[in-house]
Order: sequence, then C-alpha cells, then structure tokens
Amino acid sequence: MNELQFLTWVRGPGLDLAVGIFLLGVVWRLFEIYSLGRKKDLSAPRHAAGASGLHTVFRRSVPPPGMLKRSPVSYIGGYIFHIGLAIVVLLFAPHILLIAHLTGLSWPGLPSQFIDLAAVVTMAAMVVMLVDRINKPVKRFLSTFEDWFTWAVTFLPVLTGWVAVQHLLLPYTTMLALHILSVEILLVVLPFTKLFHAFTLFGSRWYNGKVNAHKGVPV
Amino acid sequence: MTATLEKGIRVLKEVIDAPIASYFNSCVHCGLCAEACLFYTETGDPKYTPIHKLEPLRRVYEQEYTLLGRLKKMVGLSRAVTDDELDEWQELVYNSCTLCGRCSAVCPVGNDIVYMVRKFREGMSASGHAPAGIKGAVNRTVTIGSPMGVKLPAVQAQMKHVEEDYGIPIPLDAEGAEYMVMLSSMEIINFPEYLAAVAKIMRQAGKTWTLCSTAFEATNAGIQIGNSDLAKVIVSRIVEGAEKLKVKTVISPECGHAYTALRWEGANLIGRPFTFNVKHIIEVLGEFQAQGLLKTEGFETDKLTFHDPCQLVRRGGVIQQPRKLMNMVAKNFVEMPDAGYMNWCCGGGGGASAIEEGEELRLEAFKKKKFQFDTVKPDRVVTACANCRIVLEEGLEHYQMDIPVVGLTEMIAEHIPDKGA
Repeated sequence: MNELQFLTWVRGPGLDLAVGIFLLGVVWRLFEIYSLGRKKDLSAPRHAAGASGLHTVFRRSVPPPGMLKRSPVSYIGGYIFHIGLAIVVLLFAPHILLIAHLTGLSWPGLPSQFIDLAAVVTMAAMVVMLVDRINKPVKRFLSTFEDWFTWAVTFLPVLTGWVAVQHLLLPYTTMLALHILSVEILLVVLPFTKLFHAFTLFGSRWYNGKVNAHKGVPV
Repeated sequence: MTATLEKGIRVLKEVIDAPIASYFNSCVHCGLCAEACLFYTETGDPKYTPIHKLEPLRRVYEQEYTLLGRLKKMVGLSRAVTDDELDEWQELVYNSCTLCGRCSAVCPVGNDIVYMVRKFREGMSASGHAPAGIKGAVNRTVTIGSPMGVKLPAVQAQMKHVEEDYGIPIPLDAEGAEYMVMLSSMEIINFPEYLAAVAKIMRQAGKTWTLCSTAFEATNAGIQIGNSDLAKVIVSRIVEGAEKLKVKTVISPECGHAYTALRWEGANLIGRPFTFNVKHIIEVLGEFQAQGLLKTEGFETDKLTFHDPCQLVRRGGVIQQPRKLMNMVAKNFVEMPDAGYMNWCCGGGGGASAIEEGEELRLEAFKKKKFQFDTVKPDRVVTACANCRIVLEEGLEHYQMDIPVVGLTEMIAEHIPDKGA
C-alpha cells in the first residue's frame, strides 16, 4: 500500500468503519447505562429555586466556591483543552467541509492562523494536564492504563493534524492519512473508555441535580 | 441471616441503577473529589479520594452490567471482588466517610458520589464487612429500641424531671396532637435540656404536641450501616406511632441522620408515601418564627458561630432557617469560611463516630474544623445535631480549644420569656 492508497483507505472504508463502530457503540452504551432505570422517590419533595436536573447540567461547568484555588491546574487546564479541542475540531475550515460532506450542515470557520494557535495552546494544556497527572499524588494514584491511553488517543489527532498542516516530518499525504487514522482510533475507542463522559456527563449531572432537587438542594 | 460474600455481591448487583452506571462512566479520574473530602485534605493520603472508596462497586458494575466487562470476565481478564478486598475497604467506606456529600457537590462531571457510598454500604453490610461499632448500634436499636440502649423508663424519668423543673406538662401518647416530637438517645442521655426547650417553644406557640411511648428514638443506625431491612424495621416504629396517634407532623430532633432517615429515606424504606409530614426541629422553629409564633427577648452578646450539620444543609436543604434563628437571639453571630452549603463535616457523621478504631483518623480530620474555628475565633459554637455536638466537643477537647458547643433549639428556648405561660 503506497501513501495514496493509505489515504484513500482511511478516507473511505476506514472512516466508514470507524464512524459505524462509534455510532453503534454510543447507542449501545447509552442503552446499557440508562436502561438500568431507577426507583421512584416516594418521600415528599421539597421545592427550591435553582434546584433541578437542568440547573446542575449547566452549573457544574463552573467550579464550586473555593475549588478553583484548591486545584487550579485541573480547572484552567481542563477549560483550555476542552475549549481548544472544540475550536480546532469544529471551526477549522477543512473540518467544516468534511462535516458538510457527511451531514450537509455547514457554518463559517476561523482563519487558519487562529486554528494553528488554538492547536498549539490545546496541546500545551494537554501536556500540562499530563504532567499534573504524573506529579499530583491523587491523580497518579487514581490513574490506570486507560488514563494514559485515552490521553494519547486524544492528543494524537491534534498533534498529527497540526504537523500535517505545518508540512513537517512526513510528506503531507502520509501525515494527513495518519491524522485521519488517529481520529478513527479516537472514534472507535471513545464509547468504551472514560472518554464516554462526553455523553454521560449530561446524564450524571442531571441525575445528581434531580435527586438533590427533590430535597430542595440546588447542587 | 448470616452475612456472606455471595449475599453482598447480590445486594451490590441489586443497588446498581442508571445513576450509578452513569456516574461510573463519567468519572475521568480528575481527583477533584479528594479536594472536597476532609479525610484527604487533612491526611494527604490519596486512598481517601472519594471515588476510590467505590472501587469494588465499580468492578461489580463493570463485570455485571457492561458488555465489555462481561466479556473480560468470561475470558478471565478481570478480578472478582473478594472478602479480603471488602475487608480492606471497610476503613474507606465507613471510618473515612461520613456521608457528608461534599464530593457530590464538587464533582465536575456531576457524579453523586455519596449516593453511591450509601448504596455500597448495603453490600458491605450484607457481606459482613460493616464495622463492629455501628453493628452494635443497629442491634441495640432493633432489639432494645435505641442505639445507646435507652428504654422508655429513661425517657419517662426525663419527662418527670422537666415537668418538675419547668412546670410544663410533657404529653405522652396524646392522640390527635399536631406534632409528634422525636428524640435521639444522645439527647435523652447527654442533653436533657432539649426536651425542656421543645416544651417551652410549643407552649409559647400554642401548639399541641406529644411524645410516643412506642417511638421516641429517631436515630436510625440501619441507614448508617447500610442495611435497608433493619432501617425499615426502625423507621416503621415511627410510622406506626405517628399513624396511631394521628399526628400531622413528626419532628426530627437535632440529629442529622435521623432527619435523613425519616425525611428522605423513610417512605422509600416502607415502600409508600407517609401520611404525615416530617420536619427537622429547626424547620419547625423557622416556621414559628415566620408566623410570629416564636417570640424571644434579650440577646447573646458573646461571639457565636454556627456549625451546619451536613445532613441538614447539603443533604437536607435547611440552610437559611438556622441563620435567621441565630440572628434572632445573637448580637455577634459570625460565619466560618465555607459555612452553609459547603460547610465541613464534624468528622463523625454517617455512623463514623460509633467506630472506635476510627478515632485517630477522626481527630486528624478534625484539623479542618480547627482551621474553621481558628479563623473566626468564636466564644461558643452553636449547632443543630447532637452527634455533631459530641464529635465537636471531643475534637475541641483533643486540641485543647476552650469553646463550648450548644444546641440551637436550647439557645432559642432560653430566650423565651417565662411569663405568659
């Protein structure tokens, strides 16, 4: 397989396969989790302003009082790399073209110099988060193979994409193919690892908000 | 019923529901829950990270309820949960967790970690891995009627004592009274002033109330140990008593877990909604205050602060009432850092104070309270939970801090004028 064949494969059958596993995986995992259901709460509810599942879905995006000071790297690093990923994935013109091709939906992108910067900042934040995971006793203690692995499969698409755009290391065609391959690996892995929090986070916040709203506590 | 590992695992499988599945799948190992837990912040030991306290439950979830987990189990790639492991986890699930719920309040992905600890304890208890201290308290509550072995004659002796000292009759088994007042053993033995305080407050408000001879003990160690069957036995006594006496409202005493057991878990334990209301005494006082039925005179002039019981604020939603009540009788009321919704636990909730072997750790964790107290340097601490009160007193004594701890209900009652009786 030469580089062009490699690119053709990752753009064609490879992409179809990855997207297929991703979609089926997401649907299956969501079913597996939420079909477990929960018991109805028979205690008399108490109502309070600002207490509901939906409130908590939004409120938990902001650090609770005192927490930012206790763990600044987690919060600031976390914000930067999540927002950075969103910018790079959703606002880079070639990505928008691909999405338009797949779904018909389209929106304006950002200038490529800005995306460049966002990618570098995202990678820097991710490296800081990795160092924090190694250095901080609690994070190191909690970390399993999955934590290092998911960091790598999230980092590689950003790195390979940036390197490809900069025309560094390998010929552009090969680098682009590697970039697409790394995204496909990410898609396949996502439903079956902690990366699935991208989906369950909404359910978790909602349950927490809902269960405590029953007691009149806005959490 | 003997406790076995098989039974424990079966119970764990039963308690796992969609919220728990969602929570385990959302955890990204960020470790922020550790920063919210006083057992971690004061010891610096990562094993006290709240989400880690649930590791055996997580494995049962993965192995039983996920496709990949079942595959891994089939080909022998996953470890089964063992007795030795659960034994090791006892310290993490009981001694170093007071069910205070701060972890649930900070988790960025929204995991209600304390909800899971409460459920995990069901399996720990069923597999025989609950600490002896709480087991004893549960057994005494089920067989004798109270965790400290208090029987009706002790309550009657106290009723007589209050009647003689204050000249206020204490009704027992008065059918049709508006309120049925519950006590905690701690109050019957250590803080008899509570009953007198309630009597004075009720007399001023002009409300009918009663104690119940078959249900005077409000605490429920079944909840703390994590045994819903026993918790149900204990709560059923109260339900039967309240329905027999046809009261409108049952008042939970100054005890955090009694309130949680009765107010939030009770109906779910017996499997039907209550026919009466349940209110914490502080909620009732708050209502009396709002309705103008609570009239006080004079003020405390020394510097007072209020320690929020976890089960009352974070787990119970009673946040503003104690502050309004404090301001009614205190001129110099100061708040500690993190007071209110995010207040730090006394370190002895959730049954932890009944665990003898956990005392050293408890006193270590108390450094958090010490810090809060050192910041505002109060002359006295006011609280609304008899267990907090005992644990605070022990901690303050250990650190040689001369700060008395008082109950809010009693303090309010002291300002109720005797005239107009």
